[in-house]
Amino acid sequence: MVMANFIIDSIKSLFLGATDKSMEEIKSKEQYGYKMEGDVKLDIKELNFYYGEFKALKNINLKIPTKKITALIGPSGCGKTTLLRCFNRMHDLYPGSRYEGFIIFHPDGINIANPHIDLLDLRRRVGMVFQRPNPFPKSIFENVAYGLRVNGVKNKKLIEERVEWALQSAALWDEVKDRLNDNAYSLSGGQQQRLCIARAIAIEPDIVLFDEPTSALDPISTSKIEELIMTLKERLTIIIVTHNMQQAARVSDYTGFMYLGELIEFDKTQKIFTVPSQKLTEDYITGRFG
Amino acid sequence: MNKKGKIADSKADIIYPIVGFIAFFLVISFLITLIIDILIDGFEKLVDPSFYTSYPSRFPEKAGILSGWVGTMLVMAGAIFWSLIIGIPAGIYLEEYATKRGIIGKIESIIELNINNLAAVPAIIYGLLALGIFVYRFKFGESILTAGLTLSILMLPVIVVNTREAIRRIPRDIREGAYAVGATKWDTVRDHILPYSLGGILTGLIIAASRAIGETAPLVTIGALTFIAFLPPAPFVSEFPFFSPEKAWELFMSPFTVLPIQIFNWVSRPQAAFQINAAAAGFVLLVLTVLMNALAYYYRQKVRRKYIW
Repeated sequence: MVMANFIIDSIKSLFLGATDKSMEEIKSKEQYGYKMEGDVKLDIKELNFYYGEFKALKNINLKIPTKKITALIGPSGCGKTTLLRCFNRMHDLYPGSRYEGFIIFHPDGINIANPHIDLLDLRRRVGMVFQRPNPFPKSIFENVAYGLRVNGVKNKKLIEERVEWALQSAALWDEVKDRLNDNAYSLSGGQQQRLCIARAIAIEPDIVLFDEPTSALDPISTSKIEELIMTLKERLTIIIVTHNMQQAARVSDYTGFMYLGELIEFDKTQKIFTVPSQKLTEDYITGRFG
Repeated sequence: MNKKGKIADSKADIIYPIVGFIAFFLVISFLITLIIDILIDGFEKLVDPSFYTSYPSRFPEKAGILSGWVGTMLVMAGAIFWSLIIGIPAGIYLEEYATKRGIIGKIESIIELNINNLAAVPAIIYGLLALGIFVYRFKFGESILTAGLTLSILMLPVIVVNTREAIRRIPRDIREGAYAVGATKWDTVRDHILPYSLGGILTGLIIAASRAIGETAPLVTIGALTFIAFLPPAPFVSEFPFFSPEKAWELFMSPFTVLPIQIFNWVSRPQAAFQINAAAAGFVLLVLTVLMNALAYYYRQKVRRKYIW
């Protein structure tokens, strides 16, 4: 039997190329120095991530708290966006990506880094808002309803209710309620980004990932999005990647500083920005590099 | 910038526009001369309604292009149908699904490399291929069905390449946005990739079709007739359900001629009067081609306005 399985696997890999070997257990170590209030949503242990041969994330250990805002900061190319995109396995859309280690998703305890998990279910539970507003070239209503539709919601009334609820949660309802059938591209940049937030929260995920959500927006739209993110944390766990240190200081409860693919320091935002324990963090925050 | 502070003083900048304009004028004047010439030559036939409703004849004054344009329409409809149902899925597969790994990946990359080469294969070779496969192997005969399939092979590479380019123009963000809410690959293709690339695909289709409409060699190879004095049967009947599959099959299997073959036939006749017919038919073909290209242009503009990334 074992031999037969081995032969079948070999034939499979001959046709489809090498598949990822399932990971061996690694012993967990208590090595997180900071104190955490409340529950842990994501428990990241010894995570390595590769783009082909290039090791983009090196041994990341991190606990993301539930219903808090966690910010990831660091200079360009430090791997913060790469880490964020591991949480909903966006890297899997492109060939050559490989995960090693554990991202335990509580309370179910599934390992997000396991290559065999159900990606559709994961992405339903871990929403994402992108750097550039990316609404679909469809109507405003269809943009928000799309997530519900692909997840099998057929009831028209239910879809309408959920779309209204999502748009209200995204503080966009009053601006668009009279033109739900207009193309989403007729909205301003800030409105488009809030539409994308509505699209992400319409399917009621547990976590929403924000990948520099305000880098393409003007200051007024930015402050609206920031307010929105802060109200969303009552219901959701939020992880935000940002270039803007003031933004991290303004909105987040916890902050992680990354440099060259490593997590240098992770702690309460207040502590990171006032008394960082690492020299590198201090240098970055005070603007000595980056 | 030179001493005088003017860029246009450079000799090359004076000579090049002149040379360029002459070259451009030469090309365009050939085309205009051709159009005006065949318009003048064929004018008396073009304004004669019976030219469009008559079959070919031994007598130049009675001869018309009815079987020619009906044949062209039917063959092109077939060619467009076949090339779409094969070309669009092939393009989507290569762009969205191809794994590029293992043995299948090797086959895919060979196909990918050769699609552009296929577009450059002389049309007569495709005619020979169709003669061997469709006429002799599948026994479709010298029919409208065979002609449609033959021209569709000719159009396929252009359609596949255009489909892939149209898909590649869709920004990565849009795909990721769809996947991020839990869409499957098929959801994404059906709801986003296909609708947003349809404009580009249709443009490619019309460009391919407007080239195929003038093809003569492959159709002569598979045995198109040059003289046809009847139309294929219409697949409609007077009783319910008004459509007869037998008649439709008869239509697909009937012999045919197309406009370019009709023109070729008339040009090779000794009587000078046939030259007028040839010119008129040539003008009709030209108008068809220009119309198709205009349609392609219109679509492209319309789609560009709709999807501004």
